[in-house]
Amino acid sequence: MSKFTKKKKGLPGISTASLPDIVFMLLFFFMVSTTMRQTDLIIKKPSLPTASEVKKLEHKSLVSTIYIGKSKDSRIEGDKIQVNDKIIDVKDVISFILSERAQRKEEEVKFMTTSIKADKNANVGTILDIKEQLRDINALKVSFSTTRGTDFKSNY
Amino acid sequence: MARRENSEINAGSMADIAFLLLIFFLVTTTMDVDSGIARKLPEKTDETPTVTIKEKNILDIVINRNNQLLVENENAKVEDIKKLAMDFIDNGGGLSQPKGDQPGEPCDYCNGAKDPTSSDHPSKAVISLTSSRGTTYGMYISVQNEIEMAYNELRNKLSLKLYNRSYKDLLKDYKDDPSEALKAKLDNLKDKYPQIITEPEPIK
Repeated sequence: MSKFTKKKKGLPGISTASLPDIVFMLLFFFMVSTTMRQTDLIIKKPSLPTASEVKKLEHKSLVSTIYIGKSKDSRIEGDKIQVNDKIIDVKDVISFILSERAQRKEEEVKFMTTSIKADKNANVGTILDIKEQLRDINALKVSFSTTRGTDFKSNY
Repeated sequence: MARRENSEINAGSMADIAFLLLIFFLVTTTMDVDSGIARKLPEKTDETPTVTIKEKNILDIVINRNNQLLVENENAKVEDIKKLAMDFIDNGGGLSQPKGDQPGEPCDYCNGAKDPTSSDHPSKAVISLTSSRGTTYGMYISVQNEIEMAYNELRNKLSLKLYNRSYKDLLKDYKDDPSEALKAKLDNLKDKYPQIITEPEPIK
């Protein structure tokens, strides 16, 4: 009879043995989804304008990004253009796109998109100049990077 | 002599190590997907073809260096552009662009006022956006966004009427399952309301 009386009372403690597994699972998820910032911004971080009719940029590997914003030094006026890790002139946009093209396969070139990340206080003139350069070398797919939202008042 | 016995490695700290890594990746992760207004630039050609477009088929939007707006020579606010553009595109006051031998047809899907002084047909309606070099980019994007909104809403309306499904949903469907039938539907909608936006030389 003692067999039955010995039964323990109360809840057993929750086993934490699977905790590392769960954590590792989360860890792998974040490791895979993480994209580390490749470009350090030399210019001031552009505050993007807001728009509602946005399209997601697909195929990240086929996107070349051009940053436009003010210089970090507030004494320097005018819009600065940054690609990769350097500040360039408007007319150097062509060589930037060509070098981006050279890194891709030939058949992928026509799917390449140029993403323009410009500060909302930048001048349209700069943007138009860049667009003109892009037209010169037939890089016609352009995406004006924006944040998704409906608060347009902050744009102007 | 030290004991050579193989004592088991304590795995209790494994969770801590994993947590540490997890927190590191949590912090460094940027999940934001790049999104933006997609535009296709016009191809550059050597000779500029001369096209004659009637004044009434152009919606003239001008932004000056102080971010003030002028639509068809009248002051306007950014929020108004969508409605103005929709009225203009959807007017349907005349015949469409003749396709090959086929003569132009009146717009049978337009819900506009059929005003003879406004655009003839969505396929003829051109939106002209002139900006000054000094205009701020935020303003420019806002206007572009409003124009995009106008086109999307018109396509939406037509899509609901023809296919009982909104344009946005159709685009989503197409992404999940790129089939020919869906593509035909989307192309039809895009063909009915083509985006014709021209950006003339900026005001100096």
